[in-house]
Amino acid sequence: MKSGAQLYRKEIEEYRMKLFFIGPTILVLIVMNVFPLIWSLGLSFTNYSSLVSRKISFVGFANYAKILSDPFIWKYFQITARLVVVAVGVEFLLGFGLALLLKERFRGWGLVTTLMLIPMMLSPVVVGLFWTFIMDANFGLLNFFLSFFGLRRVLWLTDPKIALYSIALVDIWMWTPFVMLISLTGLLAIPQSLYEAADIDMASFWFKFRRITLPLVSPLLILAVLFRVIDAFKMFDLVFIMTGGGPGDVTETISMSLYRLAFNKFKTGESCAMAYIILILIIALSNLLVRWIRRTRV
Amino acid sequence: MVWKMVKGILIVLVLIFFLLPIYWIVATSFKQWPDIFAIPPKFVFRGTFVHYLTLFNIRPEEAAKFGQVGKSLFPPRFLNSVVIAGISTVLSVALGTFSAYAFSRFRVRGENDLLFFILSTRMLPPIVVGIPFFVVYRALGLIDTHIGLILLYMTFNLSFSVWLMKGFMDEIPREFEEAALIDGYTRFEAFFKVILPQALSGIAATAVFCLIAAWNEFFFALILTSEKARTAPPSIAAIQGTSGINWGQIAAGVTVFLLPVVVFTFFVRKYLARGLTFGVIKR
Repeated sequence: MKSGAQLYRKEIEEYRMKLFFIGPTILVLIVMNVFPLIWSLGLSFTNYSSLVSRKISFVGFANYAKILSDPFIWKYFQITARLVVVAVGVEFLLGFGLALLLKERFRGWGLVTTLMLIPMMLSPVVVGLFWTFIMDANFGLLNFFLSFFGLRRVLWLTDPKIALYSIALVDIWMWTPFVMLISLTGLLAIPQSLYEAADIDMASFWFKFRRITLPLVSPLLILAVLFRVIDAFKMFDLVFIMTGGGPGDVTETISMSLYRLAFNKFKTGESCAMAYIILILIIALSNLLVRWIRRTRV
Repeated sequence: MVWKMVKGILIVLVLIFFLLPIYWIVATSFKQWPDIFAIPPKFVFRGTFVHYLTLFNIRPEEAAKFGQVGKSLFPPRFLNSVVIAGISTVLSVALGTFSAYAFSRFRVRGENDLLFFILSTRMLPPIVVGIPFFVVYRALGLIDTHIGLILLYMTFNLSFSVWLMKGFMDEIPREFEEAALIDGYTRFEAFFKVILPQALSGIAATAVFCLIAAWNEFFFALILTSEKARTAPPSIAAIQGTSGINWGQIAAGVTVFLLPVVVFTFFVRKYLARGLTFGVIKR
């Protein structure tokens, strides 16, 4: 039997351990994340500019009103949405298709799947850089392939009709492997016995796909798509390096225009307001993801 | 049989699609100047190390031929990347491991809310937190300092590290430290002498993911550094010559920069699904 004093000591020790082990993490996150966010919330109601030193004055909701009534901002939201839908849509179809293709193991399976996953581990800015080289209108590899098949060359990054889809293509190159990996994990976890039972009942291929495969992988598919939508919505590096928002403003995503507002025009107060508007959208999206994680975990 | 062949061809095509761009940039880094822009592109060529030699200032006199003015800034900035990614990784993995252990073993008040608060900090768009960071860092004099970027990368990897490590800690049976406690170890001793060695492979995987994320980071480095603490990604992007973009040197810089990432990807290949979903997927 343990004495009361011993039990008490054990409790103190546990309490100290919790404090020492979790405390620093929470402290870091509050100092480094919550505090700057509160600071910028304050700035979003002022006319502060980090370039010009003038007296800061309180402007109420003027910044928010200005952003929300700016027709260009709505256009940039639309551009971002189009990019997200095209990129994530193709990534979903292609990634899931690849996973079905790679479901059965063969010789060299491990090497092939690992090699395919390399693109998503690379730095987006570096990826954007070498795709810019590949997409060069004159000496680029991509136009060489087109001409090889007798097609006309394409101005991948300077044609206003195409530039956005060129960026989507690079995002697809980077992130299809991610969707493939998550789908593959789901597919490999389906018990083989389900298919065997269906075979005994002479079920068709289509029936097995619809009634066994899809329902069992769909939680993971949705997880992958949610991760991708949130990430693609924030996309900055690729756009910054490949087109800088151009030609004109056809690839001006919302992150890009916020960057310009804050660091080219130095309208810091206004940009804080815009950041908060984006933040609310992201929080809504992340909430969906978090709910889904809670469901998938159990 | 026919299906098997079709499948084989499809897989080869897919591999080409994903690997050719990487091969192409690596090949470009070894090409002589005119070959880089050759039409049709050259798949067979006489190699040269000149772009690497100018990148690392080993043969600076060659650099002028490609329109480069002065010395290449790549070596010190590459070193900055190593230092900043390395230190920030050690810090976030250490903090993350401690917190994950406590979350895994003890009843913590509001545990779920705390964990999701931690996760939500990672969901914030970099550009949105970037603006307040810029303002606060300027007020504190942390712009263009190593410590500023280390603190930032530590924070942005912290949530990831807590979540991933929590999954690994949950998998270590409680019997391990219960036995240690009966043997007279204190709680802290049990953690450091019994649990930590068990968690080593998980810690290594987490560290690799943090390292790659910090290594690859571009946006914060772009807005918060300029000279002294600037890392490799914004520097590679800024390599320019007076006569057009110096693609040979960019390709060399990209190759040097990518190599460690590819090597590390092979180290953690078993944990990729787990790492990229914050440990939600356990396989």
